[in-house]
Amino acid sequence: MAKNCWKARCAVANGIAQALRGLGQRVTSRIWRLGYASRFFLAILLHSGTALRRLHLTIREIYFTGVLSLIIILVSGMFVGMVLGLQGYDTLQRYGSTEALGVLVSLSLVRELGPVVAALLFASRAGSAITAEIGMMKATEQLSAMEMMAVDPIARVVAPRFWGGVISMPLLAALFSAMGIFGGYLVGVQLIGVDEGSFWSQMQASVDFREDILNGVIKSFVFGIIVSWVAVFEGYDAEPTAEGVSGATTRTVVTSSLAILAADFILTAFMFTGT
Amino acid sequence: MTGVPGVNMSQESLVEIRDLNFTYDERPVLTGINMTIPRGKVVAVMGSSGCGKTTTLRLIGGQLKPTSGTVKVGGLVVHELDAAGLYGLRRRMGMLFQFGALFTDMSVYDNIAFQMREHTDLPETLIRDLVLMKLHAVGLRGAHSLMPAELSGGMARRVALARAIALDPMLIMYDEPFAGLDPISLSIVGELIRKLNDALGASSIVVTHDVQESLKIVDYVYFVSAGKIVAEGTAEEMKHSTVPYVHQFVWGEADGPVPFQYPARPYGEELLESAVRRG
Repeated sequence: MAKNCWKARCAVANGIAQALRGLGQRVTSRIWRLGYASRFFLAILLHSGTALRRLHLTIREIYFTGVLSLIIILVSGMFVGMVLGLQGYDTLQRYGSTEALGVLVSLSLVRELGPVVAALLFASRAGSAITAEIGMMKATEQLSAMEMMAVDPIARVVAPRFWGGVISMPLLAALFSAMGIFGGYLVGVQLIGVDEGSFWSQMQASVDFREDILNGVIKSFVFGIIVSWVAVFEGYDAEPTAEGVSGATTRTVVTSSLAILAADFILTAFMFTGT
Repeated sequence: MTGVPGVNMSQESLVEIRDLNFTYDERPVLTGINMTIPRGKVVAVMGSSGCGKTTTLRLIGGQLKPTSGTVKVGGLVVHELDAAGLYGLRRRMGMLFQFGALFTDMSVYDNIAFQMREHTDLPETLIRDLVLMKLHAVGLRGAHSLMPAELSGGMARRVALARAIALDPMLIMYDEPFAGLDPISLSIVGELIRKLNDALGASSIVVTHDVQESLKIVDYVYFVSAGKIVAEGTAEEMKHSTVPYVHQFVWGEADGPVPFQYPARPYGEELLESAVRRG
């Protein structure tokens, strides 16, 4: 009886030890991966000379990540602005201040929705494409071939894509916000009949360049770094198989989306408290 | 020969591998490898899949570091070179990967011109002449505007070959150049390997398991099995070798030192176990 009890205790203790070991292994592997990603980020910065000297490499990536994302960014911006116009009018009319619709739409977009939603869309559209492209290059030995040709893949492939993403992101966020404001104007002024003069003049009076627009630009720049970094890292680190590339693409979207939302909270806490 | 500081071009052998050991995840991949690749010769490294042939190429190219032993190319110990030295050496090496590894976002022309644009200041008109010359050598001058996706397997391999010789390398390495090719393409690629090696005065290492095609074109053969060299000699010697592994490999016998059956418990034992389970 006592022997059986002792055996059962041992089994429970072993189970707990195994679970703790598994947890520890997962935590250490995550920390190791974060460290590897940080070293990779430093390597990109160190090898950025080529991307910036041979600007055509970066411009090509701005085209692929930025210009080709325009449709989804502009259309989404327009719809988000239109929804803001409808929802904003519905709320503001309860307080008799529908003329403030322009302020509501523009501040929501410039401060928050423009940078955040544009970054989330950018991660899904361009981030996943960057990861898949680099991952496939790895799987088909194109990166190895480049190394054997004495050309550094981080300088030639990774850095231009990283900077292409970083440069594109603030521009896309600005266009998203602009289209959103236009969408809000269409619904608020043209469809519902809010006074056009109030819509634009209140917006002009309330939106501050440094507090609102510049902070929005800083946010989108930070998001651009996050999405591009995650995308190139996941692609470069992908298992060189179809399954590996597919997993890396999914990780890019999930990780960068969560990182964008977390970074947005931190940046907002620093930028907008007390003003 | 210029361009690689420290490379000794007067030595008879271009590549010397001595007591090379390579371990991956505590699993020995290569054990006690000794090889010599003489200048101007085509040398084959043969063996079944997973025996460590490609690893040998990667060690020569400096993509992997040996656990112990040395790989010397042109008198330089590859794993002791810094990044700049290694890249300097690689500029004088060409490598053809198993499935070509052509850059899929570039045309055939741009693939060949890639290294010239990266490593030289040649004017575009001269690069054009050189690219067309390389493509002419592999019989694909007319395909210069095609994209890699538009090429057949054999054509892609020939374009990759033209790219490997873009900067007239002193050493050309081929990783399974015959894999997946139809008989005509296979014969063309085989002939090109020999002709280009002789025309450029280079040395070539062909990693392959295609015995019949490679024995036609190579000067010397190393047979690798389970990470060790089990036989070496000229193509003719290998054809008449009595070493059981080589004999099985050269004549494509299903059973021999490389068994047909994957290691398992005795068949009778497993059948008996099934019978007991059925009651």
